[in-house]
Amino acid sequence: MAHYACMFVIRSNQICSRLLNRQLFQCREKFKLPDKPEWIEIDPKALPPETVLDDSTIQLIERLSLVDFNNKEGVERLKSAIKYADQLCVVNTEGLEPMYSVQEHEELFLDEDVVREGNCKQEILRNAVKVEEDYFVTPPGNIPLKQKKLFDKEGS
Amino acid sequence: MSAPIQRCKLCQTRSKSLLFSQLRYCNKSFSSSCKLNSATKHNQVEAWQPVIGLEIHAQIKANSKLFSRANTIFGGPTNSQVAFLDAALPGTLPVLNRRCVEAGVITALALGCQINKVSRFDRKHYFYADLPAGYQITQQNNAIANNGRFHYVQYGNKESDIREKAVTILQLQLEQDSGKSLHDDLDKQSLIDLNRAGCGLMEIVTAPEFHSGDEARSFVRDLRQLLVTLGTCDGKMSEGSLRVDANISVHKPGQPLGERAEVKNLNSLSSLKKTIEFEIKRQIAVIESGGRVINETRSFDLDTGETLPMRDKEVQLDYRFMPEPNLPPLRLYHRSDLKGAMHGDKVFIDDLEKNMPVLPQERRGNLMQNYGISMYKAAFIVTENLQDIYEELVSTRNVEAFTNFFINTVAARLLANELTLDQCPIPGKHIGYIYDQYKEENINLTVAEKLIDTLLADSSVDPKEHIRLENLWQINDVAQLTELCKTIIAENPKAVSKLKRGKDRAMNTLMASARKATGDRGNTRIINRIFKELIAQSEGRD
Repeated sequence: MAHYACMFVIRSNQICSRLLNRQLFQCREKFKLPDKPEWIEIDPKALPPETVLDDSTIQLIERLSLVDFNNKEGVERLKSAIKYADQLCVVNTEGLEPMYSVQEHEELFLDEDVVREGNCKQEILRNAVKVEEDYFVTPPGNIPLKQKKLFDKEGS
Repeated sequence: MSAPIQRCKLCQTRSKSLLFSQLRYCNKSFSSSCKLNSATKHNQVEAWQPVIGLEIHAQIKANSKLFSRANTIFGGPTNSQVAFLDAALPGTLPVLNRRCVEAGVITALALGCQINKVSRFDRKHYFYADLPAGYQITQQNNAIANNGRFHYVQYGNKESDIREKAVTILQLQLEQDSGKSLHDDLDKQSLIDLNRAGCGLMEIVTAPEFHSGDEARSFVRDLRQLLVTLGTCDGKMSEGSLRVDANISVHKPGQPLGERAEVKNLNSLSSLKKTIEFEIKRQIAVIESGGRVINETRSFDLDTGETLPMRDKEVQLDYRFMPEPNLPPLRLYHRSDLKGAMHGDKVFIDDLEKNMPVLPQERRGNLMQNYGISMYKAAFIVTENLQDIYEELVSTRNVEAFTNFFINTVAARLLANELTLDQCPIPGKHIGYIYDQYKEENINLTVAEKLIDTLLADSSVDPKEHIRLENLWQINDVAQLTELCKTIIAENPKAVSKLKRGKDRAMNTLMASARKATGDRGNTRIINRIFKELIAQSEGRD
């Protein structure tokens, strides 16, 4: 009796799992994910040449982005990031419109031209380091960054 | 030790107006009155072809800003018209202002542009204290409109030198304005007011099709009038509502275009022309002395129009454009694209086109066509916004005579008093009455001018009553005038004898006395004739 009960449980499990599998299989057809990993090796020769980062380029990037690379390790990290992004060049996008946003088909809401904000001077100025007669005080103009050459230093 | 003598490099004149003192060229070198005037050197200078393109930033006339609902009034208390988004506080998102979109479409239609029914916003990154977010939301790559054409009028020295010219509008895009910074050189700091940060701007980019500062200025003048007529910009250049950047280069015709320099934030018509002319001459001088023009941004001196390299020219700019991730594309529609009336939230191009006012260029053409007046006169009337009252009055009168009176007397008095008809509306029938009386020689020109001045001061005055009260009717009675003239001749023997000897200018003395005696009401034509007759008679007798 216990044997039959076991068989029944096992059998019903098998049926259930097969049912589940069929459902999963049907669902999986709609998934873009493959069942098994499909790893494509990228031929290093297909990649563009490794970007050369000389001192003046690093200085320019630092000036434009205000990100401090600090030392050789930081620059290496940048180089590997660029190399990683270079893999995108292998993708064939011929004839495809670029997609800028997943919100492509959303409606851009247009607001009525009514004044509803502002008039909160105290709150706006609250985080300012220095205020003079309700103006934000800032250093003058564009100060050129100090050109330091720490890229050869190891460690931070 | 005295300063070395400054001489112009080309013609060696010692000129007081060595405006470009570093370069040592006098103004004369570039005109045909140059002393040197030798074929080679002069042709070298004249052969240069300036090439100018303009980028105009027009502040959109709207109650609130482009992506926030803060106020846009000029001159508000410092930092009191700043929403959280304008201060780039985290947790805020841009919400597009419908009115700004409509203003952009209306302006683009008036400039004959192709409207892009789908346009996108981008981020333009650069660091400056008046740009809190570190980027400006603009429309670099997919703007709201492209490829338009705008016709403008360029005046010459004579009335007949007027020309209608056209320029291609490459792009019209919507973008945010930055805040305002005041530079305190003494304390080595900048003061930032964010009231203007985030206000909607229309950037209008022209093709490099201008060849002189005067063309550029004429274009901006007419563009400004168009924008004010459309109601999309208030055109107050002194308040910064309309700013112009000029890209200037020179080349010899047939050769490739030269390197261009940019001058930013020109905010008056006169400095626009002066600065462009200076920059053209500076570039010519640099190239001719063997140098190269650098692609850079230059600032300018308000008074002299000289351009100067900017202090922070070491900063190389790469704006790192990227699509604005928080805004889906902007879509515009024609009524025929969507069926059913349930789309009140969308912007329809047809609706905006239907409600456009008549454009200045069209009004000018209408006046020329309907009344046969010259382009100069039509342009003048339209520029001074007098076309309505002009059309009301000219239709029943002699066109040429009335037009001349209208321009030389009515409009002239308005300009002399620095007023516009909007400010002091004189009823058309009064102007018509004054003209008719003048035409029938019931009042003379001086009285007509004075009447207009009176009406400008108080438009409720009835000219007929006023003439009667002040006794301004012209004296046409020949007998009365003859008596007067005889008296004046008797009182001015010297002038009379001068006249007899052929010195015609002596008539002025007699006329002046006559004017004084008649209280400026005598018919000058008749008086003049009587004087001549009387003198001729007395000559006959002598």
